[in-house]
Amino acid sequence: MTPESQPAIDPSALGRQIEALRPTLLRLARLQLRNPAWAEDAVSETVLAVLQGASSFRGGAQFKTWVVGILKHKVLDQLRQRAREPAAPEPADAGADELDARVYKQDGHFRELPDRWADPCNELQREQFFAVLEACLEHLPNRQGRVFLMREWLEIDSAAICQELGIAPTNLWIQLHRARLRLRECLQSNWFGAHAR
Amino acid sequence: MKIPNSCRDISGLLLAREDRSLSVGERLAVRVHILTCRACQRFEKQTLLLRGALRQWREHQQRDD
Repeated sequence: MTPESQPAIDPSALGRQIEALRPTLLRLARLQLRNPAWAEDAVSETVLAVLQGASSFRGGAQFKTWVVGILKHKVLDQLRQRAREPAAPEPADAGADELDARVYKQDGHFRELPDRWADPCNELQREQFFAVLEACLEHLPNRQGRVFLMREWLEIDSAAICQELGIAPTNLWIQLHRARLRLRECLQSNWFGAHAR
Repeated sequence: MKIPNSCRDISGLLLAREDRSLSVGERLAVRVHILTCRACQRFEKQTLLLRGALRQWREHQQRDD
């Protein structure tokens, strides 16, 4: 075997590398799919694909980048598969009106002047900020969390999300609007407001 | 058609532009309103900062530690 044709992954270390990544894969899949069983399925499919494709990985990208890329495809497969199944009824977004009333006055103007936010992604704070961000994403209502992460993590455009989930654009935009407003409020309470004090 | 002119309308458009293209009329309404509204100026900065933070979070998920 010539050096050029050698796989970039040491087969004896592959199991260890996958095992080390598994908690991250599971966390990301759960965040997107909002269902532990679906997330387990997506991660298992990913591990299977990694084991089957490891010999073709050439190391041009980082191992984790390659594996997370596979996970995104498997997560999308799960979303497609579940979109075809009859959906269990999800509770209506009862808090949407309260959220609106907390942010805006009756005349439509802001109740409070929005804070100045400092960049949260400097070297020292980044890990902490990402942990708070993920906690806020977890707290989004399931439907909003799912479509929001399809946009922001899977990077699917709005038209494709509508097609995948069989929903109208106006329905999607309402869900995304509420998700973004909730995320802003959660980060204000748990990061930006807390760090300003 | 109702012309967007309250902070609720304008901040709604600032959020919407993350997910769809705004019409020329909507973009004009946003720019005109923001000229004189400090609250919406701040809100716009927040949306831009959050856009960058989400991009960095997404990239962070794929990088080796």
